Amino acid sequence: MNMQTTMTNKPEKPVHLNPWRRWSWLIWLILVAGVYTWAITGLHFTGLQESAGSVSKSIVHGLVNPDWAYVYNGSGEDLVSLIIQTLAIALLGTFVSALISVPFAFWAARGEHEWGHLRSGSGKIVLTLIRTFPEIVLAIMFIKAVGPGSYAGVLAVSIHSIGMLGKLFSEAIENMDRGAEEAIVSAGGNSPQVFMLATIPTIMPEFISYTLYRFEIAVRSASILGMVGAGGIGTPMIFAIQTRAWSRVGIILLGIVVMVLLIDTLSEQLRKRLI
Amino acid sequence: MDQQPIISFKNVNKIYNNGTVGLKDINFDIPRGEFLVVVGLSGAGKSTLLRTINRMHEISSGEITIEDEPISSYKGQSLRLLRRKIGMIFQDFNLIKRSTVQRNVLSGRVSYYPTWKSVLNLFSAADKDRAIRALERVNLTEKLYTRADELSGGQQQRVAIARTLMQDPKVILADEPVASLDPLTTQTVMDILKRLNQEDGITVIVNLHSVALARQYADRIVGLRAGAVVYDKEIADVTEADLTKIYQTA
Amino acid sequence: MTTPEIPQRSWSQRWHVKGVGWTALLVALLVGSSKMTGVDVGMFFSNFDQFTNLLVRMSQPAWSYVPIIIQPLYETIQMAILGTTIGTVFAVPFAVLAASNLVHNQWLRGIIRLILDLVRTLPDLLLAAIFVAIFGIGSTAGVITLAIFSFGMISKLFYEVIETIDMGPLEAMESVGASKVTIIWYAVLPQIMNQFVSYFLYTLEINVRASTVLGYLGAGGIGVFLQRSLSEFDYNKTAVIILAMLVVVMVIDGVSNHLRRVLL
Repeated sequence: MNMQTTMTNKPEKPVHLNPWRRWSWLIWLILVAGVYTWAITGLHFTGLQESAGSVSKSIVHGLVNPDWAYVYNGSGEDLVSLIIQTLAIALLGTFVSALISVPFAFWAARGEHEWGHLRSGSGKIVLTLIRTFPEIVLAIMFIKAVGPGSYAGVLAVSIHSIGMLGKLFSEAIENMDRGAEEAIVSAGGNSPQVFMLATIPTIMPEFISYTLYRFEIAVRSASILGMVGAGGIGTPMIFAIQTRAWSRVGIILLGIVVMVLLIDTLSEQLRKRLI
Repeated sequence: MDQQPIISFKNVNKIYNNGTVGLKDINFDIPRGEFLVVVGLSGAGKSTLLRTINRMHEISSGEITIEDEPISSYKGQSLRLLRRKIGMIFQDFNLIKRSTVQRNVLSGRVSYYPTWKSVLNLFSAADKDRAIRALERVNLTEKLYTRADELSGGQQQRVAIARTLMQDPKVILADEPVASLDPLTTQTVMDILKRLNQEDGITVIVNLHSVALARQYADRIVGLRAGAVVYDKEIADVTEADLTKIYQTA
Repeated sequence: MTTPEIPQRSWSQRWHVKGVGWTALLVALLVGSSKMTGVDVGMFFSNFDQFTNLLVRMSQPAWSYVPIIIQPLYETIQMAILGTTIGTVFAVPFAVLAASNLVHNQWLRGIIRLILDLVRTLPDLLLAAIFVAIFGIGSTAGVITLAIFSFGMISKLFYEVIETIDMGPLEAMESVGASKVTIIWYAVLPQIMNQFVSYFLYTLEINVRASTVLGYLGAGGIGVFLQRSLSEFDYNKTAVIILAMLVVVMVIDGVSNHLRRVLL
C-alpha cells in the first residue's frame, strides 16, 4: 500500500536523540494499517452487478459510436446549444461571485490592527462554511426558489464560488505589495484615494487571474448541475444515462471534454498574459 | 544656512510594541535647503527616522516640529496637508507597475483633488501639463505613455521622483533610493536629487548605507547606530574615524 | 522654458482600444449569458417566500436523525480513503512518465500528459453517474469514481513536484551506472516523499468533500440520504445531513492540515 511505504520511509534522517522518535515509524505504521483495515472492512462491495460486463461493453460501443446527429439540430436542445448554455451559467455565476467575493475578501484578510484577528478569523470561518456547503444542495435549494433551469444553476455557482474566490482574494490581499499604497499615503491621499489609486490597481491582475481560474472550475460544475435540474448539459446527460442511450452519452462526454479543454487552454493563455 | 530650521527633532524616542528600541533620544535640526544624508547599517533606524517626519511612523516620546509647528497634533486633513508638503521616494519605487507613467505621476497630485475626482482619474489639463514638466525635470518625457513595468529600475525611480514633484514639496524624503540600482543609474538618480536641492531649494533628506555616496552628495551627514545618533557633522568636518563609527558594535 | 518633447500616442492608445474592447466583449458575454440563462432578479424575490420557507424548515434540524446517518458518514470517509489511495497507486507511474526531467522521450511524455489532461476534464459527479450505471447503486461506484478523479489530480501534482527536484544526486548515480529503478528509489523518492504525502492528504480532503455528494446519484455514502431527504421534502433531515457533512469535512481538513504541518 502506497501510504504505508510513505509513512515508513518518513524518518529519512535518523535522529536518535529520543528513543520515542526511533519507534515513531512503527506507531505510524500501526495507525495507517488501522485506518486502512477500517476503510476496507467497512465498505461492502456487493453493488457489483452481473450485467456490469455487458453494460461496460455497450458504453464503450456508445462512446466509440457517438450520436453525431445530436451535435446540432436547431431545436435548442442539442449539444452545441446546451454547451453554450453551460458556459453561460459558468460565466455569469463566476462574474457575480467575483463581485460579491471582493468585500468578503477584505473582511477575511489579515490586517495590521490588533482587533483585526477577530475580524479576519470570522471572515475565514464564513468562507470555509460557504466552500463546504455542497454546490448541488445549493442548486436544489435555488430550484425551489426559481424553478428548475439554468437560472438556479447561475445562483448556485454565484454563491458557492464565493467560498473559494473569497479565500484566494483574501490571500492575494494579505500578500500584496503595499508599496503603492504607502506612496499615495505619503503624498497626502485619504483612504478612498489610497484604495482606488493604489490598492485596486495593484491587486486587480491577481483578482482577474483567480477569477479566470475559478471560471475553469465553474465550467466543470455547471456541466453537472443539470443532473439535479439546474440547467446546462447535465440534464440530457443524466437522462441519456438513465435511458441507457450510450451513443448519446458518448457525444455529450465528447462535448464536455472538448469544452473543458478549450476553456482551460483559453483561460491559461489569458492568465499568462496577465501576470 | 543659519536661518531657522525647517525640521527639528527634540528628544525623540521610538519604542515598538514588542519592546524593541527604534529611535533613542534623537536631537538635531535640519536647516531649510540642506542636503542631509543619514547613514547607518540596515536596522539602525534610518527608515524609522525618515518616516517619523511625515508621520508614516509615530514616535513614542519627544517632539518633531516642521516650520516651528509640532506635527504630533495633526489629524485627518491637516495631516494630509503636512504630507503633501513632504515628498517621499522609496527603495522599491512603489509605482503602480501596470499603469502608465502619466498615471503614476498624476497620482502624486491626489491631495489637491476631491476624492471623487481623483478616484475617477479626472485630472485637469493643467495638471497633465504639470506632469509633463515634472517628467522633464527627470528627463523622461518620452516615456509619458509607457507602462511603468516596462522601464528600467533607474527610470522607475525617476518616475517616482516626478510623482513627488507633483506635490510641490518643500522637503523630499528618500528612503534608500538607490539600493536597488546599479552604480551608473545610482549617479543619475542622486544627481537629480542634488539638482532639485540646489535649483528648487527643496530640503532633501536621504537614507544611504553607502558612506562613499554620502560623502559625494551630502551637505551634512548624520550617522545612526542602534537608533541613536553617533555623529552629526558638516561634510567638511567628517573624518574617516567618524564614518567607521557606524560599523562598530555598541 | 522649452516645450518638452511629448511622445505621440498611437490611435489605439489614445482611444484605449484594448480596454474598451475587453470591456465590450465582457459586457456582451454577460448580457448574452443572462438572456440565455433566463436570469430574472424579480423572479427570485417573487418566489422568496418559498425560499425562506425552505430555510426556516432547514433551521430546525431533526436531531433524532443523527444516529441513522453515522454509518453512511463513515462510509463516506472510507470511500474517500480507498478512492484516493487507489488513484494514487495508479498515479505514481504516470507521474514519473510525465516528468520531463526523468523521461526524455517527448512522444511518450506528450501522450501521457494528454491522457492525464483528458481524465482531468471529467467532473466527479459525471463519472459517478456512469459508474453507477455500470456497477449498480452502492459504494463500489463511488470508490472507482474517486479513484479516477484523484488519479487525474495526483498525477499532475506529483509530476510537477518531480520536475522541481535537485538533479545532482540523480546525475551522480547515473554516472556510476545505476539502473533507472534504483535511481528513482534512492535519488528521487527521498526528495519528494514529504510533498507526495502532503498532496495525498490534500487530495483526500477534496475527495471527502466530493464523496459527500456522490451518493446523490447512488454512489454510496451520506449523499444517498441527502437525496432521499430532499426528494421527500424532509428539509429538517436535510439540515442535519448538511451539518454532519460540514463537521466531517472540517474534521478531516483539520487532521490533514495537522499531518501536513508535521510532515513539512
